[in-house]
Amino acid sequence: MPTHSRACLVMINKVIIKHALITAGILIVFTVVGTAMLSGTFEKTKAPIAASERAEKLHLFSQVLPTTLHDNDLLQDAIKLPPTPALGQRGETMAYRARMQGQPAGVILEVIAPDGYSGDIKLLVGIAADGALTGVRVLAHKETPGLGDYIDLAHGDWIKSFDGLSLAKRADDSWKVKKDGGQFDYMTGATITPRAVIKAVHKALQYFASQREIIFSAAAIKSEPAKGETK
Amino acid sequence: MSEIKNKYTEIIENGLWKQNSGTVQLLGLCPTLAVTTTAVNGMSLGIATAIVMALSNASVSPVRRFVPDEIRIPVFILIIAALVTVIDLSMNAYLQPLHKVLGIFIPLIVTNCIVLARVEAFAAKNPTTPSALDGFMMGFGLALVLTLLGAIREFVGKGTVLSGIDLVLGPEAKSMVLHVLPDYPGFLLAILPPGAFIGLALLIAGHNWVEQRRAAMQISPPLKPVQSH
Repeated sequence: MPTHSRACLVMINKVIIKHALITAGILIVFTVVGTAMLSGTFEKTKAPIAASERAEKLHLFSQVLPTTLHDNDLLQDAIKLPPTPALGQRGETMAYRARMQGQPAGVILEVIAPDGYSGDIKLLVGIAADGALTGVRVLAHKETPGLGDYIDLAHGDWIKSFDGLSLAKRADDSWKVKKDGGQFDYMTGATITPRAVIKAVHKALQYFASQREIIFSAAAIKSEPAKGETK
Repeated sequence: MSEIKNKYTEIIENGLWKQNSGTVQLLGLCPTLAVTTTAVNGMSLGIATAIVMALSNASVSPVRRFVPDEIRIPVFILIIAALVTVIDLSMNAYLQPLHKVLGIFIPLIVTNCIVLARVEAFAAKNPTTPSALDGFMMGFGLALVLTLLGAIREFVGKGTVLSGIDLVLGPEAKSMVLHVLPDYPGFLLAILPPGAFIGLALLIAGHNWVEQRRAAMQISPPLKPVQSH
């Protein structure tokens, strides 16, 4: 009797192990097929995605720095900036340099306004070599919809009021909203948002004025890393 | 023949009304509440979800006999996640303009439990064609709720309907935006998260109200025999 039940147990164990192995095998097959599908698609779509990301970036650049001002490839003439508090950046950022026949024509800076109504406001700021703003665009923000979001071109033209301004054209104490004694318009009910943007753009201009030589003379990084860069 | 037809009618009815994932099953509320700030947002996410659900149901159904019960959930999630990623990458590569609009919603679809729910409840037990139909109809029912909820929140919050349609159909469509109430000061609550909960609650209440009225009307004529499936 004992020997009989032991044999029975062994047999049951065998069945259980066999079942577990089959189940694991099936799971492995699905995993392998799924992974193959993903890596195949990734490889196949890598080039078109990179191309369209590049085109999208250049399109964005052309909004803050007109393409007529330069004849070089902005993505090829980029430098990496260390964490720069003047630009609101806590990490490394990219700066893209524009040149006309080899001469400095302007720069595009990635700027963060850290004191928006809710979180960081990410900006792209284009500055011509003479220190005049060629354009400012909001890349990302979490401001209140319908109130503070007019800084975004999709919700208003306010951001265009920076075009052409420079430190020379507007005195330092006028870089404020009208409510604070400055010269910038704002919308009632949302002054914190434009305040933050104006301050960030102003600081970026001052940064450019003091770092101009370094920015244009630094060696360009080889090629843009494909991943890991914030959009 | 007519039995198959009946079954399909039942699937469509379940997806659009009786088992509507937005107002009856209350599944997949995360994107439902987060994305419905405008009618166009809701519609875009809804349609993307419907397509993903049809495809995931259609791809789970043929392999359902090879998947042991113990590992069905990981396998289903694997299939759904792989499928969504493939769709996301392909759209990014070949349908750039559309991806720019729907792109942020597509990864959200994986987190939507309605997809897994339909795979588990329907595709794992039924043949391919009805499964695909079920996935699409469940998704389409959700899309209707999302669009309606988006339209209500947008209208109450901003006084417009269909704002942002130009992002989907191109700049020519900008004239389709309805400024129903010109000079409307806006009602921020409707656009902020609480507005989503209140709006959804009203939709659920509306659904229940219609159902109860129907039930009340059906008391006088004899009840139809309940169909089992």
